[in-house]
Amino acid sequence: MTSNLLILYQAPALGLQLAIDGILIGAMFAIAAYGMALVWGVTNIINVAQGEFVMLGGLIAILGAEHGLSLWLTVPLAAAALYALGWFLFYAVIVLLLGRDMFNSVFATFGIAIVMQQVMAHVFGGADRIAVSSLGSWFFLDSLVVVSKMKVVVFAACIGLGITLAWFLARSRMGQAIRAVAQKPEAASVLGIETRKVYCLTYALNAAICGAAGALAATAYTIQPYGGLSYTIRSFMIVVVAGLGNLGGMIWAALGLGVAENFAGFILGTQYQIAFVFGLLVVVLVFRNWRLRRQRQHLE
Amino acid sequence: MRGFLASLSFILLACGADSAVCADASTSDNVTNDDVITLGAAVSLTGKYALNGTNTKNGYDLAVQQINEKGGVKVGDKSYELKVRYYDDESTPARGTELVERLIQQDRVLYILGPYSSGLTKAILPIVERYKVPMVEANGAARELFTKGYRYIFAVLSTSDQYLTPAIELAAQNAEKLGKAPSEITVAMATENDPFAQDVRAGVLADLQRYGMNFVVDDQLPPELNDMTVTLAKIKALTPDVLVVSGHEKGALTAVTQIEALRVNVPVVALTHCDSAQIAKKLRKASQHVFCAHQWHRSLDHKGTLFGSAAEFAKRFEAVYGYEAPYQAAQSAAAVYVFADAFSRAKSLDPETVRDAISATDLPTFYGPIKFDQTGKNIAKSMVLTQIIEGEYVVVAPKKWATAEPVIPRPKH
Repeated sequence: MTSNLLILYQAPALGLQLAIDGILIGAMFAIAAYGMALVWGVTNIINVAQGEFVMLGGLIAILGAEHGLSLWLTVPLAAAALYALGWFLFYAVIVLLLGRDMFNSVFATFGIAIVMQQVMAHVFGGADRIAVSSLGSWFFLDSLVVVSKMKVVVFAACIGLGITLAWFLARSRMGQAIRAVAQKPEAASVLGIETRKVYCLTYALNAAICGAAGALAATAYTIQPYGGLSYTIRSFMIVVVAGLGNLGGMIWAALGLGVAENFAGFILGTQYQIAFVFGLLVVVLVFRNWRLRRQRQHLE
Repeated sequence: MRGFLASLSFILLACGADSAVCADASTSDNVTNDDVITLGAAVSLTGKYALNGTNTKNGYDLAVQQINEKGGVKVGDKSYELKVRYYDDESTPARGTELVERLIQQDRVLYILGPYSSGLTKAILPIVERYKVPMVEANGAARELFTKGYRYIFAVLSTSDQYLTPAIELAAQNAEKLGKAPSEITVAMATENDPFAQDVRAGVLADLQRYGMNFVVDDQLPPELNDMTVTLAKIKALTPDVLVVSGHEKGALTAVTQIEALRVNVPVVALTHCDSAQIAKKLRKASQHVFCAHQWHRSLDHKGTLFGSAAEFAKRFEAVYGYEAPYQAAQSAAAVYVFADAFSRAKSLDPETVRDAISATDLPTFYGPIKFDQTGKNIAKSMVLTQIIEGEYVVVAPKKWATAEPVIPRPKH
């Protein structure tokens, strides 16, 4: 461990590389987490199939790339396909879970995840895949810091997506409706908003977001029908750390998570990378609980 | 509408569920049928090993087909048809043990073909040992499978510690091309945290000790991790001469893409599972001059009576399944061959007699010579090292099979 710290001290450019890589991958998790938070906040359903949506988006994008489609086409294609799937799943499964115990939603979406995994493996095959990008990289500081252009594109796309979503929620009519339903469904329906439609749109939108994230992820990381769990877990973690409805916090949490993972992997060794991140989650939750308890004591 | 969709989904689910069992329902009587020998196999048709589980099943099926076409298994003066009963172990050890127990207890199968991966093979070993059911496996290479004194496991493949030995040897032999003495060569290792890759790592460490080399990076990657940038950043800083990566297909794909993307220049890069990940085909530029460990290669001069030569097996496999045979399929076919040969030598179907016959196997095959020591390892076959040149796997070691000189160091591009 100390030898790794020494390397960072002697070559701080490597620390820069780790930080940049962390931010780039964090943006992707931020998008998936945002979709999960959206669904959770509006419909009170935890979508355990989040990672599978991402994988499906990735597989569709890879299929498109193999047929010569460029990234500008495969990302919207994946998003549109996942939107349709989200719509279908909503009316097939999710609609039965509305208003019920959250535990039911976890079970049901877990079931969706399993079915999706099997269907994807059946259709696409179980192999690991990656979409080869031909964009190349920027090289700084004598190739010590390498920034893949594709990852920057992905980062920019995620930021763009996030801004678009935020604008959509804040300014558009439907966005207003979504926020209204999230605040108080009964009042919203009294005011003439069709809550069922809003729920459906939210779920389908989340699926589309995940599809886009998956299509973007496929350019840098391997995609496999059974590989969705790590995305689901990270989304969940970011939402929990940031808190529902805290969009800014979510972005910070996601980027911070990416950077923390990279540094932990470098300094402690990759075997502890994921363990460190979950340990960090526990620390954050314990600290927050302690802070809140103090606040509660004051109020009492 | 809502009810209809819900019922439709449920029906689709029910049809898709447990299809392996549904498909085999018709053969459930055949376990006791007089003219059929049924082997049992729990393989990974789903889960993270789905790709190689399918390769394994295809290998088993092709051998069964070939044996039956040639008249079946001859035991004494009676001919038997060979069949395999499959279950899907979903790439999880718990499920694998359940299913093998089911095969033995419920389906009354008396002979087991191994699953894919050392982890899954390790999980089912105690069960076949307890029920005294002989198992011939083709895809569990970790040495720890053979160190516990189990009598009912037989493995046709070479053990995992031998996978990257040829690469380290090659590096030592070409030390002056790297500008160093053999003992000055530094090595970086990135291995997945599973029994197989950790045994590969142990083999590499033993080789390093033999040559007096040192390692500078020893990263063990969690199985869910598909990002190696942290390890590669370290490698950039420490500039080792050799990089070895073992992480099944995901590791091979990730390593090759990210080494290219991050412009990591290591003179010797050696991987496992290149051909099943198809990196030569899919990542032609990025995989140039990478060394790959193979259990078998179609260009080797092995020959046997069942399939003929290695090349003939490869041709047959490609004709039936439409893709190039990875070595996982070849060794799986060889496992079935071992059973067929053992049955005819044993002249009996009694598991104990068959087990003893397997133990005495001395069989030349398209896959290589097969001869087991008392722990069940195949001690007659050696590993092969290839180098990817222009999208082709060119054999560079051992010398007797080499078709070209290795390119060391890896040219920068």
